[in-house]
Amino acid sequence: MALALLLPAMIQAQSFKIKGSDTVLPLSQAEAEAYMKKDSKTSIAVTGGGSGVGLSAIISGTTDIAQASRSMKMDEKLKMQEAGKAFKEVIIAYDALAVVVNPANPVNQLTREQLEGIFTGKITNWKEVGGEDAKIVAYSRETSSGTYEFFKDHVLNKKNFGTNALLMPATGAITQSVSQTRGAIGYVGLAYVEKAVKALKVSYDKGKTYVAPSVASAMDKTYPITRPLYYYYLVSIEKTVSPYINYVLSPEGQKVVSQTGYVPLKK
Amino acid sequence: MKLLRRITEKITHGILFTSSMVTSITVLLVVLFLFREGIGLFNQTAIEGHLVVVVNSSNPLSQLTSKQVKDIFNQDITNWKDIAGTEGEIIPKSIDDLAGLFTEEELGTDFKNLPDLIEKYVKENPGVIAYFPETYLKKDFKGKLIPLKKISVKEFITGTEWYPTSQPAAVYGALPLILGTLWVSLGAILLALPIGLITAIYMAEVAGQRFRNILKPVVELLSGIPSVVYGFFGLVVLVPLIQKLFKLDVGETALAGSVILAIMSLPTIITIAEDAIRTTPRAMKEASLALGASHWQTLVRITIPFAKSGIIAAVILGIGRAVGETMAVLMVTGNASVIPHTFLEPVRTIPATIAAELGEASFGGTHFKALFALGIILFIMTFIFNMLVETVKTRKT
Repeated sequence: MALALLLPAMIQAQSFKIKGSDTVLPLSQAEAEAYMKKDSKTSIAVTGGGSGVGLSAIISGTTDIAQASRSMKMDEKLKMQEAGKAFKEVIIAYDALAVVVNPANPVNQLTREQLEGIFTGKITNWKEVGGEDAKIVAYSRETSSGTYEFFKDHVLNKKNFGTNALLMPATGAITQSVSQTRGAIGYVGLAYVEKAVKALKVSYDKGKTYVAPSVASAMDKTYPITRPLYYYYLVSIEKTVSPYINYVLSPEGQKVVSQTGYVPLKK
Repeated sequence: MKLLRRITEKITHGILFTSSMVTSITVLLVVLFLFREGIGLFNQTAIEGHLVVVVNSSNPLSQLTSKQVKDIFNQDITNWKDIAGTEGEIIPKSIDDLAGLFTEEELGTDFKNLPDLIEKYVKENPGVIAYFPETYLKKDFKGKLIPLKKISVKEFITGTEWYPTSQPAAVYGALPLILGTLWVSLGAILLALPIGLITAIYMAEVAGQRFRNILKPVVELLSGIPSVVYGFFGLVVLVPLIQKLFKLDVGETALAGSVILAIMSLPTIITIAEDAIRTTPRAMKEASLALGASHWQTLVRITIPFAKSGIIAAVILGIGRAVGETMAVLMVTGNASVIPHTFLEPVRTIPATIAAELGEASFGGTHFKALFALGIILFIMTFIFNMLVETVKTRKT
């Protein structure tokens, strides 16, 4: 009886897996849920683990779509090539990183060079960047996070974080610590900026223009610490996954993007 | 009938024997696995993913350590004369920098022209140091390949910098992590032992029946709280408290970790020590009292010495929990890999490091093995501690 009920469903069902970045995970979950409501024949399983985990899974063939908060690295492209697999890359949304400080801190803006100095441990006092005479406490994500890698590559110019940087296991822990430590500075995804912390304006042209992080400034690319979020899939299974990917890129799917706190591709 | 009983006995014996053997073998296998993975780190270079480091052929350099490579690509070392070369500016180039130097047309499909372009670039720039995947190395490469020094046990234990994701070569110096673990555990022991033992003695000998009936479930409830909850409590309540109390810049300190661990190991210490104290035979206590000893004298001279091995077991188990505890510590100690000098500084412990980094370390890579090597150090630390306690225990009885 049960088998008889299940069988037709099994024949028609399309199913595929999405795996990778924890930053993209909430977005993929929301998109998959919305998509499955529309198309009940498809089932999508979404799991996290990190961008690196997702990309190595697509190379080894254990996932259908890899979600990533960074683009594919050189050696990953190389492995793909060795495995003889052709892949496609789609940008599904953007995410902006906000640099946050304690609300009691008088500093409102910093240049990229100053941020580099602070997080590599070369600048240690707020008065060196126009603040009060107090020690800087730099909070970072753990080394396994894609956010950490992105910040290191694009803000620190690929230099290493100073040994004195405090590494926190979660974004929530960073907002919590920054809100209760006067000399603190940290970085979080735009969706995580709350009233308890103050987001700084950032300048990438040596102090000429400072831009505050917001969905609008991330969308028109004036805010510099913005990163694309990617889906990777093999060309060989394009037929299976393209209805879903088209849905994500459609106005309806992009509405889900802004609802979950990320930056949509277009208005 | 007799035969049946013998068979049942044989079977029971067999079950007991196999279950204890299975346990021992499992423990041994886990330890063996730990050592096999961890020892693989040594006599390897810390360079990830088949990368090669090259310089211009005129460069006199012959070998580099991972730390030097890190300092060069961090632009902390900017002149060749600082690392036994001739005077001249260092031009560090990563594979992405190299690929960015050329247009897509020059690179060709699948980067097929890249090996030639890299060779040409390295040849034209005497100050360059570059790293890229080995597959882009031309067969008769005209530059000079620089081998990296292998990781030695001594360097791993005494190194003061922990940069596991530094490109192209990671730096594994475990000293700050070892000291961080020792600081946090030591603080936890100093706090938990006196409090735990006093509470256990109070509950077993002094408190009235009704009060004990309330106190015991409360203490046992403590051990049922998930460690993440302790961590969050520590981050939200304890960390700001310590920060205000000692007027610190940052509240995430070794002390916060110690206090949380002490609270977490208290239920273990109290419950086991109390049970041990209560197992002292009534006859012995009554004999002591009958000889005219006071309640206090009986407690110190009879009850506690009798329960000593149980109390020591409580201590070992409590401390074992403290040394290996991960999640709570990860949230409150700040995890900065600096060598701590006081309890009021951020520290990074070994369990926190393993938990935070294992997820993203590529399976079988040097980072993966370095984390297992840290596991060996942790294992040896607890092992030495247990041995110490054992010797103390045997000497006194």
